Amino acid sequence: MNRDVLVIGGGIAGMQASLDLAEMGFTVHLVERLPTIGGKMAQLDKTFPTNDCAL
Amino acid sequence: MEQKPRSEKQAKGSEELKAGSEKQEAGNELSSCSPPPGKARTGVFVCHCGSNIAGLLDCEALAEYAAALPNVVYAKDNLYTCSASGIAQIQAAIREHGLTRVVVASCSPRTHMPLFKSACAEAGLNQYLFEMANIRDQCSWVHVQERDAARQKAMDLIRMAVAKAALLEPLEDIESSLVRKAMVLGAGVAGLSAASALADMGVEVLLVERETELGGLVRRLNRIGPSNEPAAEVLAMLLREVESASHVRLFPGTDLVGVSGVVGNYEISLKSKGGEETEETVGAIIVATGAVPFIPEGLFGFDGRKVITQIDLEERLRNGSPLEVKNIVMIQCVGARGPGRSYCSRICCLTAVKNALLIKSRDPNARVHILYRDIQMYGAENEKLLRDSRGAGVKFDIFDPAFPPVVKEGSVEFYQPLTGMTIETECDLAVLSTPLVAPEGSAATANLMRLPVDGNNFFMEAHAKLRPLDFATDGIFLAGTARFPATVREAVAQGLGAASRANTMLSKDRLVFSALVSYVTDRCDGCGLCLDVCPYHAITMEEFERDGRVFKKVRTDPILCKGCGVCEATCPKRGVLVHGFTPSQIRAQVDALLEALP
Ligand SMILES: Cc1cc2nc3c(=O)[nH]c(=O)nc-3n(C[C@H](O)[C@H](O)[C@H](O)COP(=O)(O)OP(=O)(O)OC[C@H]3O[C@@H](n4cnc5c(N)ncnc54)[C@H](O)[C@@H]3O)c2cc1C
Ligand code: SF4
Repeated sequence: MNRDVLVIGGGIAGMQASLDLAEMGFTVHLVERLPTIGGKMAQLDKTFPTNDCAL
Repeated sequence: MEQKPRSEKQAKGSEELKAGSEKQEAGNELSSCSPPPGKARTGVFVCHCGSNIAGLLDCEALAEYAAALPNVVYAKDNLYTCSASGIAQIQAAIREHGLTRVVVASCSPRTHMPLFKSACAEAGLNQYLFEMANIRDQCSWVHVQERDAARQKAMDLIRMAVAKAALLEPLEDIESSLVRKAMVLGAGVAGLSAASALADMGVEVLLVERETELGGLVRRLNRIGPSNEPAAEVLAMLLREVESASHVRLFPGTDLVGVSGVVGNYEISLKSKGGEETEETVGAIIVATGAVPFIPEGLFGFDGRKVITQIDLEERLRNGSPLEVKNIVMIQCVGARGPGRSYCSRICCLTAVKNALLIKSRDPNARVHILYRDIQMYGAENEKLLRDSRGAGVKFDIFDPAFPPVVKEGSVEFYQPLTGMTIETECDLAVLSTPLVAPEGSAATANLMRLPVDGNNFFMEAHAKLRPLDFATDGIFLAGTARFPATVREAVAQGLGAASRANTMLSKDRLVFSALVSYVTDRCDGCGLCLDVCPYHAITMEEFERDGRVFKKVRTDPILCKGCGVCEATCPKRGVLVHGFTPSQIRAQVDALLEALP
């Protein structure tokens, strides 16, 4: 069995999944349609309700 | 503050190195950290970061400037220091120029420090002999309008980093073993899902439940909305998984009575109702202690017979006996969204609508009237449930919390803000929708593990967005309504997520921690000021005997310590310091900054 994992979508969910899988020792291929990862979060300024900077 | 002439800087540095070897004798667990002999040979790499830095600053000129600083034997600018070729240049320079310190002037240590450190280590230079100057986030990005001042500041930052680098000591990462076992506290749907997921990942699980039966609140429910599957079936599925998993040991009717130790090695003490005691060591803990429905003592004539709560109604519906009532009035937000409990419990609107629809489908002639303030029914499935209930003839009316409904004998009276009229609706059974609240004793449970709770005694995660299932304490995780009211689906998702988070550490052979943590020097006289300020409880007091006299001294735990430095700042006598941020290192930076002042 091939133990690599494919994650489709590089938004905040895809990135966190990739990070945790990598942490567990899996090789992860993170595929994103756009030239940059970050998804919607990367377009936000402050995020409710704690108003952290989205970046 | 005593004023020291600058020329004493070097002497001070060596004084501290002596202190460094003394701390070895004091029993600090760090391995040898004698500095390399001779003067530092520092290499400086100035990164363009494409145009992020070079767009404002002349990186070539900065490299030239760095080359003339004390101890610098090599300086170079690169397009991207973090690229494969940039890393190769650092490694080649370490070998060819015999560098004993490396400084990179570029971006944030938060993102790139680990990469540069490991590059140094690969080239044979101790990774703790690396220092970074952040001339991007702290300079080129924020001073776009002030090119001259920015150039000056970049020079300051580089000079400070070079000065500190000379005083860095080689250190070794701290490693510790870990036990591949986890304790899950609470066997509701969140804890059950976490336990079975961990077992699937090969982790041995101790599932500890205070009650004699597993299942939590769902055990008392009739059907689970919005899909309305029988609660007993959902629970049976989860229980089967847990009971058949060979890796899960069940501890029903058992309380957690003690926790000590650190991530990877938590020593836990359990005590069963029968008085049986168990001691175990686990690597991680998942807290899934859930929540309970608020009991509306003294509100709206609550009596448990004709005025009941939703959980009472669930129990009546569950045992299938006919309700024998024709007119049911549900009142929402009882004990919620007001003084004392200001939050919305998120599940009671779903519960009310679900139960109204179930009553209607059993007896279409029954009249169900829901009095609400706002309806919390987000998500496509819940919205459909709400529409279906209206279609089935469930009546909805808004009430104003300033004029709450009044439950009377045989009716409920309420003020209808839209018409300004007071309306009386027939009622043989009033059902109060009350919020989920933290169970009694949750503060004590939190105290046992030194975990934070919010004003409502719900457990608090490390970061609301980025670490929703972690506690700030390493190796302890959070799932389900112990955090905040949640649906079964959310509680299960959190249970699975927390198991996954726990496995990110449990799947490792050894745990590795940064050596940039506190250590105790010979100057500590046991005054204990640092004990109270340490936010991680990493400092303890020790007594020892010498020549028949009892002395006190603090001891720091290098795994609990996060290197925040509060102890160092608090100690009036330099009895406790933090590696990488010692007074001489910080003073070297400050001195280097002040050099530029006229
Ligand atoms: C009236 C009502 C109707 C509901 N209807 C729905 C619905 O239709 N759909 C839906 O999705 N959700 C519904 N819910 C919500 C649902 O009950 C919760 O989502 C679910 O119970 C959360 O599971 P949990 O595992 O997080 O917590 P719990 O079910 O509360 O389980 C926690 C467990 O931890 C144990 N425990 C507590 N402290 C300790 C300790 N110190 N040591 C050991 N064990 C401890 C408790 O005994 C309990 O067994 C309803 C809730 C109520 C009150
Ligand atoms: S879910 Fe509905 S009933 Fe419960 S507190 Fe929120 S608004 Fe009130």
